[in-house]
Amino acid sequence: MTSASTSTETHTWQASGDDAQPLLSVRELRVHFPTEDGIVKSVDDLSFDLGQGKTLGIVGESGSGKSVTSQAIMGLHRGTRARVSGHILFDGVDLLQISDSELRKRRGRDIAMVFQDPLSALHPYYTVGNQLAEAYRVHHDVSKAAAKTRVVEMLERVGIPSPQTRVDNYPHEFSGGMRQRAMIAMALINDPRLIIADEPTTALDVTVQAQILDLLVGLQKEFGSSIIIITHDLGVVAEMADDILVMYGGKAVERGDADTIFYNPEHPYAWGLLASMPRMDRLRTDRLRPIAGNPPSLINLPSGCAFHPRCVYASDELGCREIVPPFENESEHPVRCLIPHEERLSIFETKVRPTL
Amino acid sequence: MFAYVVRRLFSGVVMLLVMSFVTILLFFSAPVDPARQMCGKSCTPERIEQTRKALGYDKPPTTQWAAFVKGVVVGRDYPADEQMRKEAPQNVVHCSAPCLGYSTVSQQMVASAVGSHVPVSASLALCAFVMWIIAGVVLGVIAALFKGTVLDRTIVGASLLFYAFPTFALALGIYTFFALTPFPGLGHPLFPIPNYTPISQGGVWTWFVNLLLPAFTLALVFIAGYVRITRSFVLESGQEDYIRTAKAKGLESRRILLKHTMRAALTPIVTIAGLDLGGLLGGAIITEKIFNYPGLGKLAFDSTVNYDLPIIVGIVLVAASFVIVANLVVDILYAVIDPRVKYS
Repeated sequence: MTSASTSTETHTWQASGDDAQPLLSVRELRVHFPTEDGIVKSVDDLSFDLGQGKTLGIVGESGSGKSVTSQAIMGLHRGTRARVSGHILFDGVDLLQISDSELRKRRGRDIAMVFQDPLSALHPYYTVGNQLAEAYRVHHDVSKAAAKTRVVEMLERVGIPSPQTRVDNYPHEFSGGMRQRAMIAMALINDPRLIIADEPTTALDVTVQAQILDLLVGLQKEFGSSIIIITHDLGVVAEMADDILVMYGGKAVERGDADTIFYNPEHPYAWGLLASMPRMDRLRTDRLRPIAGNPPSLINLPSGCAFHPRCVYASDELGCREIVPPFENESEHPVRCLIPHEERLSIFETKVRPTL
Repeated sequence: MFAYVVRRLFSGVVMLLVMSFVTILLFFSAPVDPARQMCGKSCTPERIEQTRKALGYDKPPTTQWAAFVKGVVVGRDYPADEQMRKEAPQNVVHCSAPCLGYSTVSQQMVASAVGSHVPVSASLALCAFVMWIIAGVVLGVIAALFKGTVLDRTIVGASLLFYAFPTFALALGIYTFFALTPFPGLGHPLFPIPNYTPISQGGVWTWFVNLLLPAFTLALVFIAGYVRITRSFVLESGQEDYIRTAKAKGLESRRILLKHTMRAALTPIVTIAGLDLGGLLGGAIITEKIFNYPGLGKLAFDSTVNYDLPIIVGIVLVAASFVIVANLVVDILYAVIDPRVKYS
């Protein structure tokens, strides 16, 4: 399936100390957009791994660099003004180094994407069946009839009723949930090894969101794909993710397995995210606890730790204004914070956990 | 859909009725007396009065308008005055439907004068239309693909230059350079002097060769809009989510452009193309006059110079119906192009 990866243009990056090579390995990824006002550092020095069949949740506010990261993996910044550097190793091949045509062969076939708003992500003038068949036929040399059979099969698989007739409908004739099911069918039609779901439930009714997540989880088990799920909604990752990466201001600020992030988070921003989940068991005035302040400007990031202006635990003794905290990428649970590890644990236990 | 078309046609007819009434009112406020015009130098007041009665100009405007509308629908008889028809039945002339009146200046039925000029303007408009649509869209796509380069600036700049240039100067320049001056190295002009030849007389090729220069002139005038619309659409659609989806599928950029972008670009292009074509079918006054092309535009020009008011009324109505029909066709095409559009 991935015989193309033996091409001469491929560049490999040696992962140090890893026994099993992860499916996706992002190292020092930077995506910068030069603008008249300065350089927008949408993603700055981001590194993470994703194993075969695993699910990674990338969590953060708007503008934290989540979506830009996913588009960098798909190579969708090519041909734009964005400056992308670093390494994106997919199955040992650096996606930032291969040619456009090599990358194009992998798009949709090895790596597929589910977008946020399925109504605008589908072409309004073509039938759903036409668009799904096209996605299949780009990578498979089959007749139109064979492609249609495959499309109907996939539509049925994602739970669209009477797919035989629905296949000839236009996107506007589908409901929101059905459109997202169709998008998922389109992503899965080539049996990809990696699915990137960029806020897949944000545009949907709350009642439909859980159905779509269940569908993704079920299909992942069946197809064995890895998933990157990008969201600002911790509830979504709680349901799906094995590992969670928390992003702030274009940088990773904390990474760990889902249990760690939910039960023992160490970054004050992650604490804020957890605390900001609505809780119905509290008094109405206390149900929502937002993180104070606004997301930072990506052109003029705050000096030192980018989170310090919003962080109640930041202090000048720690140097939060001057020192950019390091991120121990090789560790199991790296945290980008200057507060010493023991102190973070005790703050969480004594001040944060009781309020969650 | 059918009900929609009927409704739109009905409103089109109402528009034409209003328009004909306004034109006939204007006709009355014009400082010329058609009856006096017809009569020549040695004219007696009795004779003028007789002519006026024969053509119905002695009646109030509303009556004349009613007679005009009736003539369009079922035809009418001249002289308009019933008394005169009874007195000399051998002189009665029938103007069959659609009767647009009688021109005293050119002494012919307006419908036949206008009708004989329609094919010329239609040929010209269609030929120019094909040229500017193809060239405009292709150049617009090229400009978008090479955005910011010299090529892009040349295409956009040149099309704007032709657009900004007064049509008469452009037409004269093309006429002089291609049809009058010997072409360098050739000894004779590149094109014969354009002289409209119907297909029935000279065949398709002669018809086409004679159309080329005036059609080219019109195409140059109209192309700018199409270059701009196509260029900006192709550029903007790069931001559209469905284009991003197409890229994410692994499609080649050529296929994305041809299948996904251009399909969506049809809507804005059809919108302006329909209106431009509808307007142009009513005649291109300056171009036709300069190339001496006997279309509606030249007829309108000549009739204005000669105060040939009945012909002007006829041209106004015919040109207006072209615009109304073109609008209707565009609206129907929306439903064909965009599956989300449904008329009921």
